[in-house]
Amino acid sequence: MNRYPLWKNLLILAALLAGLIYTLPNFYGESPAVQILPLRSSMKADAALLGRVEDALRTANLNVEMVALDGNSIKARFADTDVQLKAKDVLNSQLGEDYVVALNLLPRSPRWLTSMHALPMYLGLDLRGGVHFLLQVDMKAALDKALEAATGDIRSALREENIAYSGVSRDGNNLLVKFRDVESRSKAEEQLKQRFSDYALTAKDQAGEFMLQATLKPEAEHRIQESAVQQNLLTLRNRVNELGVAEPVIQQQGADRVVVQLPGVQDTARAKDILGRTATLEVRMVDDEHQIAAGGVAPFGTEMFKDREGNTLLVKKQVMLTGERINDAQPGFDNRNNEPAVHINLDGVGARKFKEATRENVGKRMAIILFEKGKGEIITAPVIREEIGGGRVQISGKMSTEEAQDTSLLLRAGALAAPMEIVEERTVGPSLGADNISRGFNSTKIGFMLIAVFMVAYYLMFGTISVLALAANLLLLIALLSMLQATLTLPGMAGIALTLGMAIDSNVLINERIREELRNGMSPQAAINAGYENAFATIVDSNITNLIAGIALFLFGSGPIKGFAVVLCLGILTSMFSSVMVSRAITNLVYGRRAKLNKISIG
Amino acid sequence: MELFKIKRDIPFMSYGRYTTAISLVTFLLAIFFLAYKGLNFGVDFTGGTVMEVHYAQPADLVKVREHLAANNLPEVQVQNFGSSHDVLIQIPLKQNVVGAKLSEHVMAVLHKQDAAVEMRRVEFVGPQVGRDLIENGAMALLLVSLGIVGYLWIRFEWKFGLSAIIANLHDVVIILGFFAFFQWEFSLSVLAAVLAVLGYSVNESVVVFDRIRENFRKMRKAEVAEIIDNAITRTMSRTIITHGSTQMMVGAMLFLGGETLHYFAMALTIGIMFSIYSSVLVASPILMWLGVSREDFIKPEKVEAEEVLP
Repeated sequence: MNRYPLWKNLLILAALLAGLIYTLPNFYGESPAVQILPLRSSMKADAALLGRVEDALRTANLNVEMVALDGNSIKARFADTDVQLKAKDVLNSQLGEDYVVALNLLPRSPRWLTSMHALPMYLGLDLRGGVHFLLQVDMKAALDKALEAATGDIRSALREENIAYSGVSRDGNNLLVKFRDVESRSKAEEQLKQRFSDYALTAKDQAGEFMLQATLKPEAEHRIQESAVQQNLLTLRNRVNELGVAEPVIQQQGADRVVVQLPGVQDTARAKDILGRTATLEVRMVDDEHQIAAGGVAPFGTEMFKDREGNTLLVKKQVMLTGERINDAQPGFDNRNNEPAVHINLDGVGARKFKEATRENVGKRMAIILFEKGKGEIITAPVIREEIGGGRVQISGKMSTEEAQDTSLLLRAGALAAPMEIVEERTVGPSLGADNISRGFNSTKIGFMLIAVFMVAYYLMFGTISVLALAANLLLLIALLSMLQATLTLPGMAGIALTLGMAIDSNVLINERIREELRNGMSPQAAINAGYENAFATIVDSNITNLIAGIALFLFGSGPIKGFAVVLCLGILTSMFSSVMVSRAITNLVYGRRAKLNKISIG
Repeated sequence: MELFKIKRDIPFMSYGRYTTAISLVTFLLAIFFLAYKGLNFGVDFTGGTVMEVHYAQPADLVKVREHLAANNLPEVQVQNFGSSHDVLIQIPLKQNVVGAKLSEHVMAVLHKQDAAVEMRRVEFVGPQVGRDLIENGAMALLLVSLGIVGYLWIRFEWKFGLSAIIANLHDVVIILGFFAFFQWEFSLSVLAAVLAVLGYSVNESVVVFDRIRENFRKMRKAEVAEIIDNAITRTMSRTIITHGSTQMMVGAMLFLGGETLHYFAMALTIGIMFSIYSSVLVASPILMWLGVSREDFIKPEKVEAEEVLP
C-alpha cells in the first residue's frame, strides 16, 4: 500500500536532479566582465570583432578568463574588478566610438552548465544596485503638437488649392476653419476630406460665419499617442546605449508610461541628463566648392562635420531648416525602384522653406546634421535632384533597410514626440544591494534551521522526512526561479522564506493526520496511507486560496511586489509537489518495504 | 513529543458569545484608530522623496538637520535608520520643484558637509504614481476577497465562503489598526504582506471547514455545535504547530531581515496571531449562525412519486 510505482519514483528523482542542476549556477557566483556592443543596429558583433578584442587584451597583457561571442555582443570575463576596469579602458580606446563597452557581471559556472541554459537567478535592482526610472509621456503635448502641425497643413493646403478662407483656429481638440461663403466651404470640405483622413469634418454656421470643424478621430488620437510612446521608447533606447549599461530594461508600462532600469548605474545625475537630453536636427547645404585646408581648418562660413562612415564634409553655417519642422520620418521604399528609403513629412512652414531651398540648389548636396551634447554628426547627405514642394521628402539610394530604419529613428529623435517627466525613481547603491542579499539569505537560513530543529524534535522520523521535503522544495523553487530567469527582489527573497514557512503546513497536516489515525487504532501502514490520503484534499484547498492571493498580487502589484507575487505563486506549486510527492516517496522508501511494521517513529 | 493531548472536545461554540464580543471590541478599536489616527502612508503612496545615506562615523542628526535647513531645505525629516551610521531623509512633495532633481541637490548639500557620505538608496515617487498604487492595492484586495469567497463557495457552500472572508477581513482590519495605532510606516511591502495574510489565514479556516464537512458525514447523530467543536479541537494541534513554524520564519525576517523587511514581517506576525484566533473563534461561530446544516452537504434523496395517468 505504501509503495510508489517505479515511474513515480523516477519522476521525482528526475525533478530533483533537474532542480539540482539548475540551482547549481547560483553557487558559482559571478565574475566581473565587460560586454562589447555595437552602437548601431546595422553593425554586427562578429568573429572579426572578437579577434580584435582578443588582440587588444593580449597586447595589453590582461588576463582574461573567457572571451566569447554571444548574440550581438562580445563578453569577456575577468578574475577581478581591477583587470575589468583596465580592460574597459583598453577596449574603449582600441575600438573607438562605434562600440559601447559596458561593465557587467557574468556567471562563473562551468561551460557545460551554461550550455544547458542553467544560469544563476536574475537579481533585481534592489539586490544588485542600480537605477529604476518611471517616465510619464505627456500625451497632451503629443496631441497639441499634432493639432498644431495640422493647423499649418490645412492653411497651406487651402492656399495651394486657391480656396479663400478667413482663418484657422484651435478650439480645444477641434480645429475651426472659417470661410466667407458656402461655395468655398464645400470646395474646401472636399479637398480636406481627401488630405486629412485623420479628421472628421462637420460644417457649422455661427453668427453669419461659415465654419468647418475638424475633429481628430478617436482612432487617430489613439494612434498618435501610441506612436508618441513608441518613438520615445526608441529614442530612450538609443540614448541608454550610450550610457554603456550591460542589460538595460526599457519597456512600456500601461498606456503612457515607460520604465527604464539600469542595473549597476551609480551616477544617476548623468543617467538623468542623458535620458532627458533633447537632440536637435539641422538641415544645411554641403559646401563642395571649397577644400579643407591643410591644417584641417574650415574656410570662412563653413564648418566641418563627420558623417557616419567617418568621412569629413564641409558644411555651410547657414541653417535651412531645423528638426522642429519635421513632423514624422518613416522607413519605407522608393516607389520607383523599390530601394529602401526614408520618408520625411515636414510641417507647413518647413515645406515652404524646403521648397525655396531646393529650388535654388538643384544638383547640390544637403546635409542633415544631428546635434547631441553639442556635437554634430551628419546622418545623411543626399543630392537634391529637383525642387521639392508639399512637405513630403524622400531620401533614398545606397541604403540598407536597417540603415533606413536607423536614419528615420535619428531624424525623429531630433523631434521628440512628446516631453517626458520622471514620475518615479528608485536608486539602490551597491553596498545596500549586497546587504539586502545577505540579510535575506541569513533570515531564510536561520528560519529554516529553526523549523528543521523543531520538526525533527517533534515528529522524529516523520519530522526528518518533512525537513527533507522542505529542502527539496527550496531546491526546486530556486531552480525554477533560475530557469525562468524571473527577477528576484528583496520582497521576493521574503517570499521564498514565507513560502517555506507556509509549506511546512502540508507536512504538519499529514503528520498530525497519521498520528490521529494511529490513535484511532489503525495499523502503522494503514495510518500512513490514510494520513496522506485524507490530508490531500485539505492541502489542495488551502494552497489554492494562497494561490488566489498570489495571482491578485501579481496582477496588481508593481515592481518589487510583483517579484514577491511570482515567488509566492511558484513556491505554492513547488511546495505542493514536494510536501506531498517527495515526502511520500521518502516515507515509502523508509517504511513501505517492510511487510511487518509494528511501530513508526512519529513522536 | 506531543504538546496537545486533548481527551475531550473543547466546547468552543458555547463560548461563541464571548469570543465574538472580544473580536468585535478589537475590531471596533482598530476601526477607531484607523479613523482617528489614520495610516502613516509611506512615500510609495503619498509621493515624495526618501533617501538613505551612510556615514563613516555615527551621524550627528542635529547637525545634518541644521545644515539642510541652512541650505534651503527646512521641511526635511532626518532620522536614524537601522544603525547610528545610517540616516533616512524624507522630503515631502513640493510644487514647482522637479522631484527627480531634488535628491541630487540634497546629496550635493550633504557632500559639502561631509565628503565621505555615501548614497545608499533614493526613492522618488511622483503624486500620480502614488494614487495609482492606492487604486491597484484596493483592486487587489477586492479581487482576493472575491476569489476566495468564490472558491470556497464552489468547494464548500456559500456560508463557508462568507464566514471565512468575514473572519479574514477582520484580521486585515486589525493589522491596519495596529499600523495606525503605532503609526508604523505603511509601505508597498506591508500591503503585500497584508494580502499574503489574507490568503494565508483563509488557509486556516479551510482546514477547520474541511473537518466540519468530514464530521457532518461521519458523526451522523451529533449536533452542529458538537461537530464544529470536534473539528476545531482535532485540528488545534496542527494549527498551533503550523503557525508556530511559519512564525519562526517570519520571526527570523523580523529580527534579521533589516529595516526593509521589518514592517513586512511585522504585518505578517500580527496577521498570523490573529488568524489563529479568527479562523477558530470568529469564522466558526459565524458559520453556525448562518445556519450551516447537514443538508448543505448530504442532499436528501428525492423520492419520486408514482404518477397515475389517465
